[in-house]
Amino acid sequence: MKKTICLIICLIGALSFAQNKNARATIEVDGVCLMCKTRIEKACFKTKGVKSAVWDVKTHELSLIYDERKTNLETIKASVLEVGHDTKDQKATDEAYASVHPCCKYRDEAVKDDHREDAD
Amino acid sequence: MKAIIFMLLLMPAWLFSQEQIEGVILEADKENKNLVLAGANVYWLNTTVGAVTDIDGRFKIPYQLDYKKLVISFIGFQTDTITVSSAKHIKHWLKPTDNLEEVTVTSRKQATAKSYLKATNTFTVSSDELLKAACCNLAESFETNPSIDVNFADALTGTRQIKMLGLTSPYILIATENIPSIRGASQAFGLSFIPGTWVESIQITKGAGSVVNGYESIAGQINAELVKPATDDRVYVNGYGASSLRTELNTHINKKVSERWDTGLYLHGNSHQAEHDVNHDGFLDMPKYNQINVMNRWQYTNPEKGLVSFINLKFLNDEKQTGQLNFDPNTDKLTTNAWGSEIDTRRYEVSGKIGYVNPNIPYQSIGVQAAFSSHEQESYFGLNTYNITQNSLYTTAIYNSIISDSRHKIKTGLSYAYDHYDEFVNALNLDNNYERTEYAIGAFFEYNYDNLEKLNLTAGVRIDHHNLLGTFITPRFHAKYTPWEKSAFRMSFGRGKRSANIFAENQNMFATSRAFNILNSTGNIYGLDPEIAWNYGVSYLQGFNLFGRKADITLDYYKTDFTNQVVVDYENPLEVTFYNLEGKSYANSFQAELNYNAFEQFDMRLAYKYYEVKTAYKSGLLDKPLVPKHRLFANLSYETQLSENGKHWKFDTTFNWLGEQRFSSTVSNPVAYQLPEYTPTVTTLNAQVTRVFSPKFEVYFGGENITNLRQSNPVMAANDPFGANFDTTFVYGPIFGSLYYAGFRLKL
Repeated sequence: MKKTICLIICLIGALSFAQNKNARATIEVDGVCLMCKTRIEKACFKTKGVKSAVWDVKTHELSLIYDERKTNLETIKASVLEVGHDTKDQKATDEAYASVHPCCKYRDEAVKDDHREDAD
Repeated sequence: MKAIIFMLLLMPAWLFSQEQIEGVILEADKENKNLVLAGANVYWLNTTVGAVTDIDGRFKIPYQLDYKKLVISFIGFQTDTITVSSAKHIKHWLKPTDNLEEVTVTSRKQATAKSYLKATNTFTVSSDELLKAACCNLAESFETNPSIDVNFADALTGTRQIKMLGLTSPYILIATENIPSIRGASQAFGLSFIPGTWVESIQITKGAGSVVNGYESIAGQINAELVKPATDDRVYVNGYGASSLRTELNTHINKKVSERWDTGLYLHGNSHQAEHDVNHDGFLDMPKYNQINVMNRWQYTNPEKGLVSFINLKFLNDEKQTGQLNFDPNTDKLTTNAWGSEIDTRRYEVSGKIGYVNPNIPYQSIGVQAAFSSHEQESYFGLNTYNITQNSLYTTAIYNSIISDSRHKIKTGLSYAYDHYDEFVNALNLDNNYERTEYAIGAFFEYNYDNLEKLNLTAGVRIDHHNLLGTFITPRFHAKYTPWEKSAFRMSFGRGKRSANIFAENQNMFATSRAFNILNSTGNIYGLDPEIAWNYGVSYLQGFNLFGRKADITLDYYKTDFTNQVVVDYENPLEVTFYNLEGKSYANSFQAELNYNAFEQFDMRLAYKYYEVKTAYKSGLLDKPLVPKHRLFANLSYETQLSENGKHWKFDTTFNWLGEQRFSSTVSNPVAYQLPEYTPTVTTLNAQVTRVFSPKFEVYFGGENITNLRQSNPVMAANDPFGANFDTTFVYGPIFGSLYYAGFRLKL
């Protein structure tokens, strides 16, 4: 319990240009390890228009650069949820969550503890 | 549990009762316009207390006295950690990320870092590794690295020559901050012209390198990053003295001259005036020399605009004198009174670099580099004279971006290189001025695909138009595949092409009585054709745990096939002959390397290498002379735990064993001057101890070749240096025997 340290930060940050070709946003996505990182980032790239997606294992921050004319944050979020990762405001379906690798079950306290070192 | 519930109940009250800090986060820019950053993250270090800036860049965050460090981050910007000592209003400018110097960021924890991720077989040698041996210059900084062999080039100059995959340095592209620097006239001695303390890190790529750095590399690429004025110590002094009476002093002075400009002045002096002749052959075992090396660097950093720039000015003066003990250059130069040699080099360099990273789109960047150098060497070896002047200009522009998303990266650009050589050679059979101008304009494109999981590949191609080599295409390909955790399968292939500077690269042969022959005469470079080779390689890296400790093993196999080569034929002991390859020439190399962190603070590195380097000489397909087929290498290093005041000890030792090496044929010599077919094996041991007194001061002492191994007769016909059989090129091992040194490093 004491170890349950997870940074509660970030909301949605997008530069306020309409139809920005290189819109930037940061959202919080839950996950535990480098495998999650790959899964999350790959999910983002599934959406056409995402140019850069970098998820930080430590801060759970997903930094995005995307073309607003082709996609939007909701679509990207949906892709992330689809592969089983919760965002700050939405939970992935149990089905989707079930699809993540057993060692990446980030909702499980024991798994989180296991990965404590990875994050450091 | 109760305590936790209690705490949770109290939380809201606690939140309201405490102080709040307010602030605003802005984007740093030159005019200090107030561009606010919405959505930036602000949180207290090591806590869960955080906030996000609103549309006006403002935030509110709870504050307690024990919160000291506030972390501010936003994508595309550098994460800043600021110290907050009281609950005052915070106004902070965040700087856009600048990934121009990405290449130089190396982990301090590991002295040599192998990449599991890159497509190329590249490893980075950090400055920590460089400190394991008192490396006075770049040539000596590879002593603890099994991938690069360091050999003595000849019995006179003490010059060390490096080899990779069994091929000597002309086949390795050696760059300083990605500008090809040791080539042409500086090929033979250039590595000793870069002082060790100037080097921040070295990246070594085995096999075909990137097309970005040109078409010349065949066996591999070595890039040395130099220390940067903005990050190097304000004042750094390194003093060194050896039992051979060699002394050396390095001084760095760095200064911030304005908000955006930093400058550094780097001085290197190296002197050896003592005369040694431990084998009593009448010849100096190492030259007497003086080297002065000065560099002035200017660094401009403007993160708001995403600009970084470097301007470097360098000057070198190097004077060597060697030969017989009784040789006096004033009276004996170019006479038969006594055999002697002087090699004087002067070199000027100016280089500049400017890089721009789009602050809004961090994966887009443009870099432009330009370097001009003038190299002048005047030398004579006994009665042979060799002078060379080379003026060079190198420019390149690189654009980095992505196609559709950041898994597909591209690099593209243009380069232009100009070299003017002016040589004078007076030796047996030759009395000539050679002059030539080379220029090449090229365009390159490199694509990198990283599927974020198992596959990473780089495919590059460049097309160059060269006035002497013609118009040609250079393809290079690298791929990495990770089938399971901590592994990397790599493969690569690529083509390299270059013009051989036959005299500059083989200067050691002037210190012989050999006659010079250049066969063929229809080619464009000394009548010879350009060298062309293909390099193919596979490697496998696996990290694992052995008895609970980290280990990794690397196996690699590389093959270099020459389509054309300028063969340097020493097989007749009275001649040296250059000609275009007819038939096969290849270098195959296999290396197995094990790194193991056997216990806390103790690292070991073991390697075995096998080389098969063969060339079709006029006298048949033969092993290249003086390349050992088998080599063993071991490096052990141990550090004691850092004590509270920063004191500790560091121990490092390197063992090398070289198998027998083929001597070029001497069968036609009189019996007294005949050598066996193979050399004896060579075993050397180096060790160094460093005592760190504080982060600011340390002392080191060490020994090279502690077992005192010596080659007994490095100079053939030493008693008759003007006779037909005089030769100093049959060198396979140390000449001087063991050498001890001590030094200090002071950082302020």
